Amino acid sequence: MNIRKLIASLWIDVVSLIVISIVFVVPFIFIFLTAAKPRTEAAMFEFTWPSQFQLLENIKEVVEFGDGRIFLAFANSIFITVASVTLIVLLAALVAFVLQRRRDRVASAVSSIMLAGLIIPPAVVPTIFVLQEIGLYRTLWGMIMVQVAYTMPFAILVFRTFMASIPGEIDEAAIIDGASPMQMFFYVILPLLRPAIITVIVVSSVGIYNDFTGPLYFLPGSQNVTVQVTLFSYISQFTSQWNLLFANVVLITIPPLIMFMFFQRQIVAGMTAGAIKG
Amino acid sequence: MEATLRPKTVLRTYPHWFYIPAGIVFAIFFVVPTVLAFYFSLTRWTLFDATFIGLDNYERFFNDPQLTAGLRNTFIYAVLTSGLKVVIALPLAMLLTSSIRLKGLFRGIIFFPVLVSTVAVGITFGALMQPSIGLINTALGVFGIPRIDWLGDPDLALFSVALVDVWKGVGIAMVIFIAGILSIPLDYFDAARLEGETWIKFRYVILPLSRNATFTVILLSFISGLRTFDLIWTMTRGGPGFASDVLTSVIYKQYQAGFYGLSAAGNVVLFVLVTILVYPLMRFFQRVEIEL
Repeated sequence: MNIRKLIASLWIDVVSLIVISIVFVVPFIFIFLTAAKPRTEAAMFEFTWPSQFQLLENIKEVVEFGDGRIFLAFANSIFITVASVTLIVLLAALVAFVLQRRRDRVASAVSSIMLAGLIIPPAVVPTIFVLQEIGLYRTLWGMIMVQVAYTMPFAILVFRTFMASIPGEIDEAAIIDGASPMQMFFYVILPLLRPAIITVIVVSSVGIYNDFTGPLYFLPGSQNVTVQVTLFSYISQFTSQWNLLFANVVLITIPPLIMFMFFQRQIVAGMTAGAIKG
Repeated sequence: MEATLRPKTVLRTYPHWFYIPAGIVFAIFFVVPTVLAFYFSLTRWTLFDATFIGLDNYERFFNDPQLTAGLRNTFIYAVLTSGLKVVIALPLAMLLTSSIRLKGLFRGIIFFPVLVSTVAVGITFGALMQPSIGLINTALGVFGIPRIDWLGDPDLALFSVALVDVWKGVGIAMVIFIAGILSIPLDYFDAARLEGETWIKFRYVILPLSRNATFTVILLSFISGLRTFDLIWTMTRGGPGFASDVLTSVIYKQYQAGFYGLSAAGNVVLFVLVTILVYPLMRFFQRVEIEL
């Protein structure tokens, strides 16, 4: 390849690099820089290197704020996320297993309900009423059950699509070996669903961890704060302390960042699941 | 499989009761509240007791300029965000399936905001869009563009939030388009390559053959646009005034004010809006879907 051709093929790369960097990378660098600045400097919103780099000090201050409220928030968020995702995987896989294997009228009814669950916006205030009636309002378990109900349709969709690639002969062999439905599900199907399970775990845990609306309605009060609600409440509590607010942003972005670095492929697979008929 | 095993065995292997645990959770925490919303929307409701007042809540809803503005804004927001996502993500997906270098890196960078919390994105862009010292206006100022009050101008606030929504969500649209483009059989491209130009490739191969992906992107972003709350609540709280109120923020405000019946009515309106817009759209897309 001669030089002119190389330049011609390079310019589009360079232009893309510049545009994508400005639009998608600069905001993140801005977050990082502001989180590392002293208070007055951060409030100037400039895109400059901090005169004094104090990211760790700022994070420490955020962590100590309100008697370590952020620890409670992280503990709650992680508990809600882990418990919800465990239930989602188990319950959704059970449904998807039968749903994909039986092509009867019940299955098509279940499919339509699943679809409705993906589309219809939840009725929040009546949900508060229901939670109150059964004594789960303002409790972590109430929040968990709500997350399970809201996220299950998506998980069923992913599992059902994947189930189609597990040949029926495998079931047959298990039946001939005398496996009960439960044995077949736990020892044969569930292990085979592994790639889909990873996808569901990653996508729904990021969604539930990032959820703000749910805790806002169903977990009011300082006992059950989650990380997103804490961050939101700091908008008004950290007025003019932008360095601390952005230090908190950095802090709560770490878990999704880790997920992204290890599971980018599964996340993309999950988000496009059912989207493209292949 | 049905050929070798008796139907009875099949029934025993795939028992209906496997639906039940999921069904109970879904019924209690999703279906029951949805149905109750219809009833409570017809009442004056304090969570403890409800007085039946017929259609008063709806009458109030449609006569209150704030609430009808919310309805209109919801629709504008959903149309705008889903349209922009298609218009931006399709060329991006084309670029990132071409022979460009650093493809993987670019895809990752554009996708990452999808995973960042909406509240964090809202805070960040709140700072970037700050009218007097925000980075966006400072950058535009270099080109001589006068300061824009992104979130403070009532005519602009909704659009500014919609732009941030597009920034955060365009990654999903992009990966869907990439999957769509990669599923186009290579023969089509070979035929188009004879004619050379990128434009021809786009106009006669990619655009028509990634139609399914386009529909998916429109549908997904339209649904999430109609249901949007977090971003608007973080960035403007529906303001200034109620210039950027959408149905979900109206529902939350009525709930905060203790008008639970009115809030439930808002939910029913949103439910109806989503149903009458999304289902026909889905039906239409299914009818004109293409097989590759």
